[in-house]
Amino acid sequence: MKIFLTSSTAFALLAGAAQAEGTLSVYHWFEYIPQELVDKFTAETGIAVTIDTYDSNESMLASLKAGKLGQYDVAVPADFMVQIMGQEGMLDTFTPEEMPNFGNIAPQWVDVPFDAGRKSSIPYQWGSTSFSVNRDVYAGDISSLGIIFDPPAELQGKINVLDSQNEVLILGSLYLGIPQCSTDRAQLQALNDMLLNAKQHWASFGSDTAKDVLVSGDAAAGMIYNGFSAKARAEGANVEYSYPKEGHVLWMDNMVLLKDAPNRDNALKFMNFLLEPENAAAVTNYAAYTSGVTGVEPFLDDAIKNSPENNPPADATPGVFAQACDAETQKLYDAIWTNLKK
Amino acid sequence: MAGTAPKAGKEGGTGYRGIVGPLLLPTWVMVGVFMVIPVLLMAVYSFLTKEFRGGVIWDFTLAAYDQFFLSRGLFGDEPPRIEWTYISIFWRSIWQAALATLVCLIVGFPTAWFIATRPARSRAVWLFLITVPYWVNLLIRTVSLKFLIRDNGPLNESLMSIGLIDGPLPLVNTNLAVQLGLFYSYLPFMVLPIYAAVERYNFALSEAAADLYASRWVTLWEIVLPIVKPGIIAGCILVFVPSLGAFLAPDLLGGAKTFMIGSLIDEQFRGSQGNWPFGAAAAMILMTLVMIVLLAYARAQAKSEAR
Amino acid sequence: MKGVRHYPGFLAMAVGCLVILYAPLIVVTIYSFNDSASITTWGGFSWRWYADVFTGPEAPRFKAAAWNSITIAMLAATTATAIAIAAAVAMVRGGRFRGKSATFALINLPLMVPEIVTAVACLIFFSTIGLTTGYMTILIAHITFCIPFAYLPIAARLTGIEDVYEQAARDLYATRAQAFRLILLPLMLPGILSGFLLAFIISLDDFIITNFVKGAGMETLPTAIFGSVKQGIKPNIMAISTMMLAVSVLFVTLSYLANRIGQRTRS
Repeated sequence: MKIFLTSSTAFALLAGAAQAEGTLSVYHWFEYIPQELVDKFTAETGIAVTIDTYDSNESMLASLKAGKLGQYDVAVPADFMVQIMGQEGMLDTFTPEEMPNFGNIAPQWVDVPFDAGRKSSIPYQWGSTSFSVNRDVYAGDISSLGIIFDPPAELQGKINVLDSQNEVLILGSLYLGIPQCSTDRAQLQALNDMLLNAKQHWASFGSDTAKDVLVSGDAAAGMIYNGFSAKARAEGANVEYSYPKEGHVLWMDNMVLLKDAPNRDNALKFMNFLLEPENAAAVTNYAAYTSGVTGVEPFLDDAIKNSPENNPPADATPGVFAQACDAETQKLYDAIWTNLKK
Repeated sequence: MAGTAPKAGKEGGTGYRGIVGPLLLPTWVMVGVFMVIPVLLMAVYSFLTKEFRGGVIWDFTLAAYDQFFLSRGLFGDEPPRIEWTYISIFWRSIWQAALATLVCLIVGFPTAWFIATRPARSRAVWLFLITVPYWVNLLIRTVSLKFLIRDNGPLNESLMSIGLIDGPLPLVNTNLAVQLGLFYSYLPFMVLPIYAAVERYNFALSEAAADLYASRWVTLWEIVLPIVKPGIIAGCILVFVPSLGAFLAPDLLGGAKTFMIGSLIDEQFRGSQGNWPFGAAAAMILMTLVMIVLLAYARAQAKSEAR
Repeated sequence: MKGVRHYPGFLAMAVGCLVILYAPLIVVTIYSFNDSASITTWGGFSWRWYADVFTGPEAPRFKAAAWNSITIAMLAATTATAIAIAAAVAMVRGGRFRGKSATFALINLPLMVPEIVTAVACLIFFSTIGLTTGYMTILIAHITFCIPFAYLPIAARLTGIEDVYEQAARDLYATRAQAFRLILLPLMLPGILSGFLLAFIISLDDFIITNFVKGAGMETLPTAIFGSVKQGIKPNIMAISTMMLAVSVLFVTLSYLANRIGQRTRS
């Protein structure tokens, strides 16, 4: 008995010891960083990187609150989530002096409302969220969010929707012309009713599955991120990404330094590494979004740079960023989401 | 489970009576500290106040249960009425689990009977074949099933290529797929206990019934079923209880579109809802349901043993 | 004689059962040898996805996950088996004592509580006492829920062993420890082996509880596979599945042989 306990303790210590030095613990979106880039970082610095993945901003936050804060060094929340995490006191700060490549951040992304002056975060990638349609299945007009919320007969029952409260509710609001963080009861009731009615035409909820369902043919249309749609197209699906006339969601994902990071120095090294234009471009070439670092252009693949997903038509309705609602208002949106998924 | 009930040692003893305490101490500590206390703590959490997006505040409240059973409208200021959302999620899960149990029984009983009536050698082979899938990782089995039945998976492709159907059968992301997944996951749990019961069945009883001109099916219904009933009930429980809290089948095969009990609870802790007290309350309610089923079983068992 | 045992249609049901149970596994095994990167078309026989598992871009992740899975299953099964042996001896050979039925319920508790409930309870417990989730928390949870799986075969075996052998040994002045080590333990061995294998496979199999109590950067094979299949069922996942299938078949064969030996020694 004693021997077993001792040996299991020894194993646990061994597993723990490996984390103490020369490691970095990253909490990241699924399929968002090429393994080659991580290997390059390890080769340059000798720091071993472990990566866990999540599939929505909300689940990342929930997981950190469930005791994972203090275990990860960096995470990659979207704009509004950076603000929420900052308010919750979950972020550590750094100074530009600690990060030699700080100056590489594109000027328009330095003084952002969710982290003024970039005290806790660096830009990772930015992009948009709307939807894509398999053109083999449906050849009609796809310029409206009605494709998702009031689908034509050909697409009914073949739609995948992101399992992400924030994006579904914002796109729904855009479709109805309702502002974000609304407290108007009639508007929220209408949003609730519209979503419930639309749900009967949806096949599945899934974010990490959003590309695969289009490629495998399990879904013929789906809410999706622009780069993820480009990857679906690259993998052989005949999908077209829409910039709908009602608008679309814009987001910027940012790498943040987490509070109580076990390897703060390594985290800063990694963030600095990602601000190197060549490395930022490697992420873009892999994930097919847009970088927030200056000087990446020479390193970008033409296919990514000129992709229809990354270059909205000149007359496209501009996108909107998500707003972080206050707790009371958020409750109303939480209720709509629960109601939708029940 | 009941088959392992300890038998009283003989008077002379083998010397273990004096050290029962030390022998059982590791069990008490492990299960007590890492099972009983956590479940009790979970009960406490279900009465705490939720913190915005995950975590709890140590203020006692009935809010979680209130949210479960009562609706105050979308905006929380209407007079309370019964909230059907979560009750219907539970009802749907219970219904799915019951249906899976029934299908397993309908398929499992003849299978168990068939195996138990084979000659010893081929019986061993059959048993082996039925047990192997049970030892295979449930996740892998579920993923395999999903691959097989998806729209352009091997099943639909081959059915279409032989011209049996024109378009793919919509199987994946339906309740039928979840059903199939549950059935497929837990079928061996049904077959094995029934097999054990049928194996002990004295076939002379069937022969006597046949001599008295009872038909096969009458014999099955009137003679066999009452005798092998304990095996059937054990099988039903072994299928029903895990089906009730199943997570993988609804998530992977059902498209995560509608909540089942398992995914509802999961969502409160790892998903976007971040409502710990509510998740704890839902888990408590699930556990209560299961305990009711098990107690009913224990009582029925005690009654049949008394007879 | 055959008449009363025979029911029309039962053979078909049994065969149908096997087809349903095996069809997905066989299909996945076949497709794991598919040369084509697209999983829906057949491109000829190839080992490339097996090579990919060991050398491909995801190889380090799967290797780490496999190492975690196997060491955790080994430690959890060993510890749970040791605990279960002690418990079985006390319960079967200890005569009547106070709290016996309560202890019996306690041992079986992890079987009766739904997995998702155990997972939630563990998460809340570890987070309340401030224990960092990781290798140790997974191990503790696994040991706990493996105890009944190890206990049941061991107790069943022990119940079938009459205590006359030990009593004879004790009459001949063997100490309790000697009687246990030299008489009882060898007789119990088939049960112990069955219990150990069952606990091992249960630990290796677990997804729900592990997913709740795993820490940063910690994956076991099931959680790693789950993460991958969410983004599509890729051929390398099929190769891993096929290898795990092979391990399972090996284990069930071992446990089957252990039982056979057990039956022989008993008669």
